Parts: sequence; C-alpha cells; structure tokens
Amino acid sequence: MSGPNTDFDPVEVTAVQPEEVEAARDAALAAIAAAGDLEALKQVRIDHTGDRSPLALANREIGALPPQGRKEAGQRIGQARGAVSQALAARQAVLEAEAEERMLVEETVDVTLPTDRLPAGARHPITTGSELIADIFVAMGWEVAEGPVIEAEWLNFDALNLGPDHPARTMQDTFWTEPEDHGLVLRTHTSPVQARTMLSRTPPIYVVCPGRVFRTDEYDATHSPVFHQVEGLAVDEGITLAHLKGTLDHFATQMFGEGITTRFRPSYFPFTEPSAEVDLVCFVCRGAGTLDGAACRTCKGEGWIEWGGCGIVNPRVLAACGVDAERYTGFAFGMGIDRTLMFRHGLEDLRELFEGDVRFTTAFGSELG
Amino acid sequence: MKAPVSWIREYVDLPADLTTEDLAARLTALGLKLEAIEKPGDQIRGPLVVGRVLTMEPEPQKNGKTINWCSVDVGDANRTGEPQGIVCGAHNFAPGDLVVVILPGGVLPGDFEISERKTYGHLSAGMICSAAELGLGEDHDGIIVLPADAGEPGEDARDVLGLREEVIEFEINPDRAYALSLRGIAREAALGFDAAYRDPADRKVPAANNDGYPVVVDDPAGCPVFVAREVSGFDPAAPTPEWMVQRLAQCGQRSISLAVDVTNYVMLELGRPIHGYDADKLIGPVRVRRATEGERLTTLDGVDRALSPEDLVVTDDSGIIGLGGVMGGETTEMSETTTRVLVEAAHWDAVSMFRTGKRHRLTSEAGKRNERGVDPLITAAAADRVVELLVEHGGGTAEPGVTVVGEAAPRAAISMPAELPAKVTGMGISHDVTVRHLEAVGCEVDASSDPLAVVPPTWRPDLTDPYDLVEEVARVVGYDQVPSVLPREAAGRGLTRSQRLRRRIGHALAGAGCVEVVSFPFVGDAAFDRLGLPADDPRRHTVRLANPLSSEEPSYTTTLLPGLLEATARNLGRGASGVALFETGTVAFPVDRGPTPIYGVDWRPTEDELAKMLDTIPDQPLHLAVVLAGERERSGWWGEGRQAGWADAVALVRRLAGELSVPLEVRATAYAPWHPGRCARLLVGGAVLGHAGELHPQVCRSVGVPVRTAAVEIDLDVLMASAPEVVGGPEISTFPVAKEDVALVVADTVTAAEVEEALRQGAGDLLESVRLFDVYTGAQVGEGRRSLAFALRFRAPDRTLTDAETAAARDAAVARAAERCGAVQR
Repeated sequence: MSGPNTDFDPVEVTAVQPEEVEAARDAALAAIAAAGDLEALKQVRIDHTGDRSPLALANREIGALPPQGRKEAGQRIGQARGAVSQALAARQAVLEAEAEERMLVEETVDVTLPTDRLPAGARHPITTGSELIADIFVAMGWEVAEGPVIEAEWLNFDALNLGPDHPARTMQDTFWTEPEDHGLVLRTHTSPVQARTMLSRTPPIYVVCPGRVFRTDEYDATHSPVFHQVEGLAVDEGITLAHLKGTLDHFATQMFGEGITTRFRPSYFPFTEPSAEVDLVCFVCRGAGTLDGAACRTCKGEGWIEWGGCGIVNPRVLAACGVDAERYTGFAFGMGIDRTLMFRHGLEDLRELFEGDVRFTTAFGSELG
Repeated sequence: MKAPVSWIREYVDLPADLTTEDLAARLTALGLKLEAIEKPGDQIRGPLVVGRVLTMEPEPQKNGKTINWCSVDVGDANRTGEPQGIVCGAHNFAPGDLVVVILPGGVLPGDFEISERKTYGHLSAGMICSAAELGLGEDHDGIIVLPADAGEPGEDARDVLGLREEVIEFEINPDRAYALSLRGIAREAALGFDAAYRDPADRKVPAANNDGYPVVVDDPAGCPVFVAREVSGFDPAAPTPEWMVQRLAQCGQRSISLAVDVTNYVMLELGRPIHGYDADKLIGPVRVRRATEGERLTTLDGVDRALSPEDLVVTDDSGIIGLGGVMGGETTEMSETTTRVLVEAAHWDAVSMFRTGKRHRLTSEAGKRNERGVDPLITAAAADRVVELLVEHGGGTAEPGVTVVGEAAPRAAISMPAELPAKVTGMGISHDVTVRHLEAVGCEVDASSDPLAVVPPTWRPDLTDPYDLVEEVARVVGYDQVPSVLPREAAGRGLTRSQRLRRRIGHALAGAGCVEVVSFPFVGDAAFDRLGLPADDPRRHTVRLANPLSSEEPSYTTTLLPGLLEATARNLGRGASGVALFETGTVAFPVDRGPTPIYGVDWRPTEDELAKMLDTIPDQPLHLAVVLAGERERSGWWGEGRQAGWADAVALVRRLAGELSVPLEVRATAYAPWHPGRCARLLVGGAVLGHAGELHPQVCRSVGVPVRTAAVEIDLDVLMASAPEVVGGPEISTFPVAKEDVALVVADTVTAAEVEEALRQGAGDLLESVRLFDVYTGAQVGEGRRSLAFALRFRAPDRTLTDAETAAARDAAVARAAERCGAVQR
C-alpha cells in the first residue's frame, strides 16, 4: 500500500495486494465478532469501515491503478467491504436485541402495586335497581313515566278511588304541607303518576313509574318515612287479569332468574278491583322453604316472599281519569324498590340504603346495571 | 281477627281430618290472609292435671318471702293416689281450690323440665302453674284457680284450659268486615270446602211490640235500625262461664264481667257490636240524634270530649249518654251493681262512624266493625242472643218488651253482564259458573236475562259495582287458576331524553370517582344557619310540612347540600380519608297560589280545571349536588395525594356540560355557602345553572367537614334543557396547525374567562382553540396584576395559513383583549 497518489503518476503506483485486502477483511471480521456491546461495535465500525480504515484506503487507491488492474482490485475490495458491512449489521442486530433484553429485565416493576390513585365512584343501588326494572319494561315496549313528589290531593287520593273518608288520608299516614287545607301532600305512592298518565294520554298505555314516596312511618330496620316504589299501569282493549299475571311473571323472571314466578292472593286496594297480593317464589330457596336443612331465612320458611299489590284498574279510576271504561280495561301493580333490594341482596337493615356510606354503595358495583 | 278452630267448626261441617294449616291456607286463598296459627298447648308435654289443694302451710323464709308447703290431691295421676307435696310461692288460693299441676316428667313452654327437687327444706314434686308459665298470657299475679266444677283431681287439665284449641289469626282487609266475626269466617270456610253451613244469626226472635223501652231515632239516616231489649233481675256477681272466658282469651280479649263479656262474645260471634246500659241509670226514653256545637261527653275511657254536629249521639232525659256506635258514656255504664240491663243493637251509618272515630281518635272493636259495615239484618238476632246468654248465665229474666225502630233498607240489584268475569280475568268462566259462585257467596242472582241482576247479601256492603262481583267469582274459581299471558306488545318510545341524560350524568360522576347518596329531603332552619344563608335567601322560603316527623326538620328541602354534607361528615367520621359524594333529587319551592282544587271523580276534570290544579303544585326542580372533601387523589407509592379544592368542583360541572354538549359559562361570584373568593357561578345560555367552588371555612366548621371541602349544586333541569338534541358534526381540517403563544398582563380583577372570551372574539374564524397554560404573578408584572399565558392554535379548513395570516389573527386577538380587558402583551 502507498500514500496518497497526488500526482497520478502511474509509475509510482503499485497494484493492491490481494493478501493485504484479505488480511484487512479478516481483521475487521474478527474485531466485529469480538465487539461485546453496541459501544464497542461502534468503535469497530469506525476502525474498519471509517475513512482511515485499510479497506477504505485500499478502495481509494483503485482509481490510481492501471486500467487493466482496476477491475480485479475493485471486485476484491468490494467483496471484502461487503462482507464487513454484512457482519456489522448482523452483529448490530444481535447486540441490539441483547441490549433490549437487558433493558426489559431492568424495567420490571411490581404490577401488583395498588393503582387506586383516584378512588372508585358508584351509583346508588336504588338508582341502578330502578333502572334495571325500567329496562325490563322498556324491553317489553313500555315507557317510564314520572311526576312530582309534592302532589295535589285529588291526584294522590280522589282520582284513585281513595275517597274523602279513606283512612290513608289522615295525618297519621300522610305528610301534608302547610297550610293543611291547601290539599298538597307528599305523594304516598307513585299512583298519581298513573293518574297523570291517563289524564294526558289516550290508550294504549303501558307505563312503569319508579319513584320516591312518603309515609309517616317511624324510621327503623324495616320502615322508612321515605322509600321507593315502582308501579306499572297497562290500559288497552281486552286487558285481563291473565295479562297482569303474565307481565309480573316475566318481570320476576327477568329480575330474579328462570323459575322465579308469582302467585296471586285476593286482597283489597281502592284503585283496583279485583285486587290481589303478589307473592314471589323465594329466589333463595327457590320455593322449597328450606335451605341446607333449616328454614329459609329470606322467606321464613314460606317458600314465597310478599312482593306487592296489583289488580284490574277500578273502572271508577278510569272514569275519573277520562278513560272510556266501556272500551278499555287496565291493570296496575306496585312494589317497594327498597324492599325488593333488601331481599334480593340479603340486606338486614333498610337504613343502610340512606346512610350514604361509600363502603355500602361501592360494594354493589355494576351488578344491577 | 283471631278465630278458634272449634268455634269455626260449630257452624260448618268441615272434614274431621282437616288440619288447621290446610284450613288457614284455603281461607287465605279466598282472601282471609293467614297471619299466625296459635297452638297454646303445643309446647307443654307430660302430665298436666287438675289438682285439689288439700292443705297449705305458709312458711316464712330468711329472704323475706313466704312460701306455701302444699299437699295436693292429683288423683291417680301420680300412680300412687297419695297427695302430692308441692312448694308454691303464690298466695291467691286456698285449701279446697282446684288448681293446675304439672307433675315431674312434664315439660313447660321454653323446654322447662319439671322434676322432683329439694327446695326450701322440702322435696317438691311438681309445680302449681300460673297462666304465664303455661304460655297463656302475661298474668303473673298468681296461679290459676279453676272454677269449682272444672273437673276432678287427676284429670288432664288440657281440656279444662282449652289447651288443645288451635287459633288462626287472620288479617282482614277493610272490604271484608263480615270476616270480623266467626259467623263470617265460618261462612268462608263453608265456601272453601263446599261444606254445610249453619248461620248463628239465623234464630227465631220475638216480634217487635210496643212494650219495650221507649226509643226515638231523630236521624234515621245515621241510625237506620235500633233494637232495644231488656233483662231484669240480673245477678251482677254471676261469673262468666269458663268456656266463654277461654274463647274471649283465644280471641285476644280479657274477661271483665259477665254482662260485658256477653256483649263482646256476641260481637265476635255475629260481628254486630252491642252496647249494654245499666237500665236503672237511664232516665226517660233513649234518643238518637246528631250532637250540637258545644256539647260534651265523657266516654267510658274517661276522656271528656267536645262533640261535633256530625257525631251521632245517644241521649236520655239526663243528656248525652253515649257516642253512638263508637263508645258509651260513663253515666249509664254497667257496673258491679247493675241488675237491669238495656241491650242496644243498632245499625249505624258507616261513614259517620268512621268520621267520629277519626275525629276523636277513638279506635275500638265496635268502631272497627261499625265503620266498615255490619249486616243490618241481624240487629234483632244479635240482641236476642245477648239476652239469651245474660239470662242463661246471669240468672235474669228477659222482659217481653221488644223495641225495634226502623228497618234495614233493601239492597238494590247490581247489573252485571254474565261474561264480565271471563272478560276481566282472562279465565274461561262460564255463565253457569258465574251464577253458581255468586250464589255461593250469598248473592241472589236473577239469571233469566243478561246482564244478570245480582242482589248482594246484607253482610256484604262492600259489593256495589259489577267489578266487585267479578272479584267474588274470581276468588271462588281461584286466583291460582289465572293464566299467565303477556299483553300484546306496545310500540314504546323507549326512555325519554331526560331519563337518558340523567343516566349519563350519573355514569359520568361515578366515572369521576363520586359515590351516589340517597338522603331524606327534610330540612330545618338550623341547616340553613349552618350553611350561612342570608335571612332573605330564597332557599329559606320552603314548603313546610303540617305534620313533620321531627319539629327540627319541618320543611321539604330547597338544597341538597345539607343531606350530602351530613353523609360526608358520617363517612369521614367512619374513617374515610377522602370523600366524593353526589346526589340527584328534587327540591321544592312554594308557589303560594292558594289551595289545590278537589274535583269530583265521576268524570274527568276539564283541561282548564286540571291546569288550575297543577298550577298550585310547588316548583320541584331536579338538582344535583356534589361534595368533595379531603383527598381527591390518594397518597400512595406514587407520591403524595392531592386534596380536593375548588377546581375539582368546577371541573366536574365542566365535565357534565361536556357530556351533554352544553357550552358552559363560568363567572366569579360570592354566594353562600361558598367561599366568597372561590365560588364560581355557572351559566348556560344566560340562565343560572348553579354554583361550584370551595365552601366557606365557617360553613365547613359548622357542618363538621374539613376546611377546603368543595361543593357543587346545579339545576339539572336547566342543564338538560340546554343540551342540543342534535349535535352538528365538526369540520376537521387536515392542513397544518399554526401555533402562537401570547402572554397578557391584566389587572387581577379580570378573570381568565373574560380574557379568553376576548381572544376568541378577536381571533376570528381561523382560531381553532385557545387554552390558558400559565398564570404568573410577581414583581415583573407589578402589584395587582398578573400575566396569563395562552396557547392559540390557528388553522384554516382549505389551505395552509401563511405566517402573515397567523400573525394578523393573533394581533387581532391581542388587540381585542387589550380593548376589552386592558391586557398588555408581555
């Protein structure tokens, strides 16, 4: 090998020796193989492929060779450089993979560490339970009707065939607003919503009315002056008690599972005639009355749970609300949402629903929807 | 209503092997709901016998008590025939008395095993029993002393005590007043088992004559029938027969005296309340009329009552002697000296009875029956039955005089299409079945034409409408026969927009870490005081309750914050380090538009009438409140947590407004109960939505939550009304964005929102977004001023903006901020 051929004097130039090219290539390949990390490989790259590397210098001298020697020298040096370049790329890939492997090990964290920086929120089971019920009926083509909680006496009582002398109209049962003779009450049931619906729409009517209601009950484990009800009303041509039974059976099955149906017992409500109490097959013991050899606690061994009241809408109610009782019949039902939640979730004390303890509410998650 | 099974069986031939449980279940299916079955003797086992006390020796003890060492003849029950030695602590008996003895080996209620044991220096072989020990009542005054003719020593005492009796307690619905009697319950049992029935009211009664006690009824509408009978020579000391005492006890009534017991017994038997007067205390004719204003009466319970002109009263020449059908007066009350009894069996107007009972807050067994409706036809029979029992057991004479004033009005027929039961119930009920079942419940049916003409029985005043008859037919067919059929599907419109939006709001808040609370909406002035509301704050003008549960909380609330803050304090008190709670609920504001009208119910009110009624109902907007207290973000391995503050409260409202695509305007304001310098007023379209920020430290201390607790209260109706029904799709430009940052120095009284708004207006259509990214105060900007740094992003829909265009838009924005807010660019 010689110095820079500055004057292009062919006489001074000697042919590139094949042995030297091979030696330079081999030295480069050995250095590449010996590079232990990416940093070392970088130095190898500079030493063996940089501008001052033997192969680069040899390459530069090709132009100075006599034409008859250029082709062969060019081929030889090109092959050597190609081999070095390939080896470098291969070694680079290996070393990069090794480096990433190490990095992944180094970056390992304890993924079981807590992640609750923002505490979980939750909606209340009365809300989600009401929505679950609403959705069951909406899926049947019903609608959800609502109304005010402070209500006119006529809508809460008279229109529903609870006449002026009905016992529920006393101060012992009903919250009245001042002055008492102004005839405004905290609604004692969601039935005024049924009346409002019939007054404002023409049949067919299929509505459920979930909502908050009030009675002057003492506050204890099973009673509350503020509680929640869902009522349903269907008014259409040809509605019968059988449709009521079918609807409640479907409701029960959707809410509590296959096989949980209802039974009727004769009862009395001013707004329905005939009237019935609705019992639900106990969904804990599935009607057996016993569980693991002992009386079922949920239904107290009865196999049935009292769920609510229902019946055929009294034609007097239809008349007061402007529905043609000759053409249409209707059915209505009602049950407590809080009570339904109590036995569905095995709650011992109704008051837990109204205390606002976040541990209680968050426990329900999204099971109710 | 409690009904001994043997008493039911007296009037109906039930199958001998019918269990009490099956009887109760059948009656429940017919509408008399089983409440409980009592089997008093169920928990007593072993030898319980009649014993005769032969001797008793009182022996004072060191503990101050005196016990009796008794020798009791128990016949052969002890297998020796020798008298049994028993220690007894009671003193209410004497040698010769018949008592109840449980012998060793027996078991009393509560698994109390009896054995021979040494006590007070004797070997006591058994126990002389009290009623309480046998589970027959609470009477601890002493042991049971049986009547002299109760039985022979050694006989099983269960029969004597009626311990084999089983009693069914029913819950009787208000429409089935006839079942408040054994007559009615037995009739239902006969119906349920298709068994022969003997009506205890079906008896021969002496005809009315003019020799009876004079009675005048001035108000035949209030008292359609009044029967009076008299018994003289009655022995007031005559004891009530044991069987009657037992039956009364089984029905939950205490024995008082023979005369009173007989009237109660006949009421239970026939359902007809009876009143007995001491005839010697009566002066002149008995008269029934309405009271006049100002009249008073002291009733049997010792209460002096001011009477209303609606009250029906019974008088004699001395004045008022009773509140008709509800309660008698003191002056003519039967007593231990009564030898002449005037028996009153009267039929009273049910509505008057109910009103009088309600007005005077009087509930009695008689009132309960009279106000629900009694069979008007059995007045004479009931009076006659009372006379019979008084004479039989009190040794008197039935006077021949029989006074009957008025008569029961005949019942009108109800016209019912024969197919109505089938049509309403969806059960295949034939014409014949309808007629047969109506007759079975006591109706007279003219089936010769359709509609049927149905005359209900006199004991069923509740049957007035065709649908009432449908229920009768249906319950006899059986409610368990109702098929289960879904109605045809309605074309429902799904949830309303408001319902959907409320769900979204709830989900958004829960997603933001807030927990929903349901609290009571009652509030009092103290809560408003704690919130520091000014005296004239509209939130203090509440809908007040006439009969609140607590005088401390007499109002329906106007704000959800008190309940939410209470729940917050409760959670913190129970150890929570941070609490985020929300509640949605209605609040109420009075409208004070006078009384709400009451309309008739025979037809629908007109639209005008309805509007007038709805107009009187208070405004009840739907509110949302949030309280954030303590840690909003928890501390942890990641570092320190973050305390909730005003910004968290405002951020939640911004988030909800974003959920509903409502543009929200935030303005600084001072408004209780918020911190005056950290309260945001939130507006949509110019309407006030509500407020958010940090609570006033004084409020925090008053309600017991940490200072810096933040809160929100907004009107969801306003928010939801502002939500666009359809959101237009945005135009997304793909040309490059041009970014410009500007720092503007303004007086610190100028809000960021004002500056931002000015920038938006000045920048024009090319502005894509503006976002404040830094706030600086300090010497460089001067006292009372601050620097607000905004990042502006410009973009055109159709081209790449030139530098000149961007600069021009930026300069216009800054110029507007300078003009509107006095802003100076740094």
